[in-house]
Amino acid sequence: MTLFDYIAVAAKILFIVGLAFSTVPIMVWFERRGAAWMQARVGPNRVGIFGLMQPVADVLKLLSKEMFIPAAASKFYYNLAPAISAIAPVAAMAAIPFGSYLIIGDHKVNLQIASLDIGILAVLAFAGLEVYPIMLAGWASNNKYSMLGALRGSSQMISYEIALGLALVSMLLVYGTLDLNAMVVYQDQSLLGFIPRWGVFLNPLAALIFMISIFAETNRLPFDLPEGESELVAGYHLEYGASKFALFFFAEYVAMLMASGLFITIFFGGYGLIPGMGWVLSFFQTSLSPDMFQNLTAIAQIAAFVFKVGCMMFFFVWVRWTMPRFRYDQLMHLGWKILFPIALVNLLAVALIIAWIGV
Amino acid sequence: MTKIVTYKEGRLDKYYIPALLVGLKVTLKQFYKTLFLGQATTINYPEEKREYSQRFRGEHFISVDPTKTENCTACYLCQTVCPADCITIVAGERPEEENPFGVKKEKRPVSFDIDALRCCFCGFCEEACPKDAIKLSRNYEMATLDRETAIYDLDHLKREVKGRG
Ligand code: SF4
Ligand code: SF4
Repeated sequence: MTLFDYIAVAAKILFIVGLAFSTVPIMVWFERRGAAWMQARVGPNRVGIFGLMQPVADVLKLLSKEMFIPAAASKFYYNLAPAISAIAPVAAMAAIPFGSYLIIGDHKVNLQIASLDIGILAVLAFAGLEVYPIMLAGWASNNKYSMLGALRGSSQMISYEIALGLALVSMLLVYGTLDLNAMVVYQDQSLLGFIPRWGVFLNPLAALIFMISIFAETNRLPFDLPEGESELVAGYHLEYGASKFALFFFAEYVAMLMASGLFITIFFGGYGLIPGMGWVLSFFQTSLSPDMFQNLTAIAQIAAFVFKVGCMMFFFVWVRWTMPRFRYDQLMHLGWKILFPIALVNLLAVALIIAWIGV
Repeated sequence: MTKIVTYKEGRLDKYYIPALLVGLKVTLKQFYKTLFLGQATTINYPEEKREYSQRFRGEHFISVDPTKTENCTACYLCQTVCPADCITIVAGERPEEENPFGVKKEKRPVSFDIDALRCCFCGFCEEACPKDAIKLSRNYEMATLDRETAIYDLDHLKREVKGRG
């Protein structure tokens, strides 16, 4: 690797980490104000204009508090849990492409930190790590509520990972690749001439199952049983305060960001341009050199990616303030008796169709 | 008036998804209404204030006549009726020259303390008072920084209150 490559990779890492760090405060703000708007309230609007500085105030408060460790906690694991929880989703984002490529001089820079052939597996592996902080935090805190939250969290995440995996496999059959970039390229054409060939149009059922599962994976309402304020106080992060709690908080939003990124990459054409953007871009095609045009396209793709992720994040918040929490047996019922069989049948149907007509 | 809405469970309700979509529509509509039409039901409190009813029972005051003499005659009715035991009156004799209208108010409260921390704002004192002396104003901003301030003495109770405050 040349010096240029190192700088390119560092820049990409900075972009992704920057995206994560800047999304979290915006999301925290939007979660609180959006909640207020959906509930016909005014919401926090005191700190800064429109209350935009509220997350800064929240974080400053959390960071300046005392780092408290319960006496009966197992210190190493207690400290390890928030670290893993924050690192895993950020690492998973490394394999998600956020644009095609830039041309700088005579170098081609892929807009993806790690262009892996098995990108989807890497993302799933890191996302799968997210169950550990919950278990570790619950167990190491030595608190019965944390413990119950951790048990709920881990069984819920493992249950829904199966439906998620099966929905994903059906899409892998369609795309015939594990490379996320190749999936986006596949979806970049049009279906029947007028709608984009996005996964959601090819297999809406898989999209629905996948979406429900990522809600369960990220422990968001209506599946936030590990935190269940009403019966478990705060669940697995009950014994955490100050900056360690801030890490859990941060992790929740980065996990949402990562899940949204993965969801749109598989089902909504990833960084593929939104219908209409290509038409606008075509005006510049003649006046720019091919390299510059590619760069312009790449920037438009990044914008499309950010826009799609933003819509998905809005959906997360929207659902959170609409739906009531499931009861735990209903959650397991939905996961094992409804989603799992539907995902299996869906997989079988997709496999048969593909074997029949070929792709 | 409460509007009673009845809903008959249909066949589609078994599959949750249609009901969830209806729910999503409701929240989105409210989101739009609050954000763009400004139809929030909450207010920016210290800047905007809610108008409460004329009968709102807030901070006490004792009415006074034009010479700033309190109407109270220290009859102890309010202290007796108070269910929270928060009124403490010490009665005394009123000097002759304090009755310019010739109305004989021979007794007067030497001290009149109301412990607002105990008070439940039931308004019984107001009802019991034969001289319409003790009244509850409409002021509800009674937060204090220490307990002493929340015990109202005669000077505080005799403050000027327009209408019912
Ligand atoms: S309002 Fe009720 S509780 Fe308060 S002082 Fe009057 S009688 Fe007592
Ligand atoms: S305030 Fe009214 S009820 Fe109470 S002692 Fe004075 S006159 Fe009597």
